Amino acid sequence: MNIKKILPQLLTLLVVILIFGFFSYNAQVNMENRGITFGYGFLSQESSFDVQFSLIEFDGSHSYFRAYLVGLLNTILVSVIGIIFATIIGVVVGIARLSNNYLIERTAAVYVEFFRNIPLLLQIFFWYFAALRALPLPQDTEPMFGVFFLTIKGFFVPAFVWNNLDIFIYSIIAAIISIIFIRIYARKKQENEGIQTPVLSISIGLLIILPLLSFLFGGVDASVKVPVIKQLSQSGFTYEGGIKLPPELISLALALSLYTATFIAECVRAGVQGVSKGQKEAAASIGLTPNQVLKLVVMPQALRIIIPPTTNQYLNLTKNSSLAAAIAYPDLVLVFAGTALMQTGRAIEIVSITMLTYLSLSISISIFMNWYNKKIAIKEK
Amino acid sequence: MFKYLKQLTSLVAVVAVLFTFTTETMAAKKSKTLKNTQKKGFVRCGVSQGLPGFSNADAAGNWTGVDVDVCRAVAAAVLGDANKVKFTPLSAKERFTALTSNEIDILSRNTTWTLSRDADIGLTFVGVNFYDGQGFMVRKNSGYSSVNDFKNGISACTNLGTTTELNMRDFFNSKGISYEPVTFEKADEVVAAYDAGRCDTYTTDKSGLAAQRIKLSSPDDHIVLPETISKEPLGPVVRQGDSVWEDIVRWSLNTMIEAEEYGVTSANADSMKTSDNPAVKRLVGAEGELGAALGLDNDWSLRIIKQVGNYGESYKRNIADTGILPDRGPNELWTKGGILYVPPAR
Repeated sequence: MNIKKILPQLLTLLVVILIFGFFSYNAQVNMENRGITFGYGFLSQESSFDVQFSLIEFDGSHSYFRAYLVGLLNTILVSVIGIIFATIIGVVVGIARLSNNYLIERTAAVYVEFFRNIPLLLQIFFWYFAALRALPLPQDTEPMFGVFFLTIKGFFVPAFVWNNLDIFIYSIIAAIISIIFIRIYARKKQENEGIQTPVLSISIGLLIILPLLSFLFGGVDASVKVPVIKQLSQSGFTYEGGIKLPPELISLALALSLYTATFIAECVRAGVQGVSKGQKEAAASIGLTPNQVLKLVVMPQALRIIIPPTTNQYLNLTKNSSLAAAIAYPDLVLVFAGTALMQTGRAIEIVSITMLTYLSLSISISIFMNWYNKKIAIKEK
Repeated sequence: MFKYLKQLTSLVAVVAVLFTFTTETMAAKKSKTLKNTQKKGFVRCGVSQGLPGFSNADAAGNWTGVDVDVCRAVAAAVLGDANKVKFTPLSAKERFTALTSNEIDILSRNTTWTLSRDADIGLTFVGVNFYDGQGFMVRKNSGYSSVNDFKNGISACTNLGTTTELNMRDFFNSKGISYEPVTFEKADEVVAAYDAGRCDTYTTDKSGLAAQRIKLSSPDDHIVLPETISKEPLGPVVRQGDSVWEDIVRWSLNTMIEAEEYGVTSANADSMKTSDNPAVKRLVGAEGELGAALGLDNDWSLRIIKQVGNYGESYKRNIADTGILPDRGPNELWTKGGILYVPPAR
């Protein structure tokens, strides 16, 4: 081993350890001086506060640890919704920017320039306060399709009440598994005999027929529970009976996806433009339709350019979701690093847990995207 | 003989001076915060981000309010000038960390005194400058006249990370009402959301409700329900472990309240030096050596009264005259039917 190579590394490591050691020692001494105790025991204590919206059952009799889970799940929820919509809008706008139609191209360009140049927090405030004020009160709202109610207190949608839900889910799983087998079979058949099988229509048919059979013969039954208006006071109303999406979730998801979509659109545009013109021309010359050119030649190559910067955007979106605290969406920062921190006073413990959580979330997204990137990378044979 | 007497008196004077000097420095030596404050030349005070009547900055950046006056009183006592205060606006979430991490030396920010806060997180509450309780604000046209009219599904806007959040749960739970808590980090956002109709009720300390009502688009359309669901004694807080500084802040506040009790105001403080009442004379520094025990000179309390005024003046100026809470309620002196009662300064 070459000592000259290792020594600088060791020294750097030592310095890093010393710096961390100094800070933790310093924190320890200062906390001791001020009579602050350190420990994670508070996590099992009763939280004694409520949260307006949670995916798992929660009230004040549950522990602080469960409050942490509530916050974490809400953060994941808004991030997943944001990522899905940002990707859809981003891809559509990115391709629209490459359109030959002047109007479509310009509209997409204006959208991108407008939304990416306004600070995100401002956009969140806009969607929450400005757009919220424009929404009707529960008693004044016009139902959409008779069952959806968009009001200032939230978006009330019908809830499904299921009988034998498990059989229904099994039927869907069975449909998906058979589709996978049919695809493998179809591919083999095409490779061996050159005959194409209409995989898409078969898949759709299976997805409809199997769950339908479960309704007819499996005893599955679903009824829809439409939200009904409820009077709280002479002037105050709300809806009950359905599922309620709080306005905080809607405005946050909207702001996050519209903002991040602009960056994804630019990644998509760059990716498609990065595929050389010769590829498209060559594909066209062998008789592929424009759709096939995009699907079989351009996109597979463009994706390699699009995925890495888009991963960054997904990470940004997840981290930006912490701005939720400004508009009362109960995410990890609001519930755990907000209320729980205030009620327990355990700043160092809670902030460190929150930081580690965001770090793990980001790293998980990175790992997943890197795996996907590797999967679609050119495989040299 | 006369010659010796003269020498003797000067000796006594020197010893007396030395003695007061040493007691002063001993108190000062014990208090790191006092020493640092005197060195810096200003008192570092944590206040709210804008609560009219308690701590609120005008367009020119001048802070006013009863919480602000506590810090001004300390500045007058310690530095001789009530204006030598540096105010740091803090959210409910930041306030205790700012104090324990030495960013500020007094937290005077409508903060409720509770056991866990006092004992658990390195803080010490020094007294109460406002007795408050949590209440509910609703729209007038809702027809609510009492909290007993609340129904299942009611949504309540409030501030994040306060005792309010906990009281609210206790209250709704005891009534068996299901509710939707909507919590914001900043008071302005709570007001905006309630104003927009996001919530059916806005709950916080009653003084806060009265102060924030002014910010609503049409204040007259809203009422505060009569019930009070909790005890909220609000007062200044200091770091644990500096008992001299703790005493200075405590007795600066007590001086303001006691001055009102004895009728000493900013206008008549100087003339009270010749009062017949020894308690009044002690209060304005004309008798006794009370300042020395705190590591201050003997005019510390006189300066508080002259520069900031007594508690009644502060209340009138900040809360009554601004129309927030003209009725003093429990914040009246014990001699006049309230519960303001401070230990005697002697």
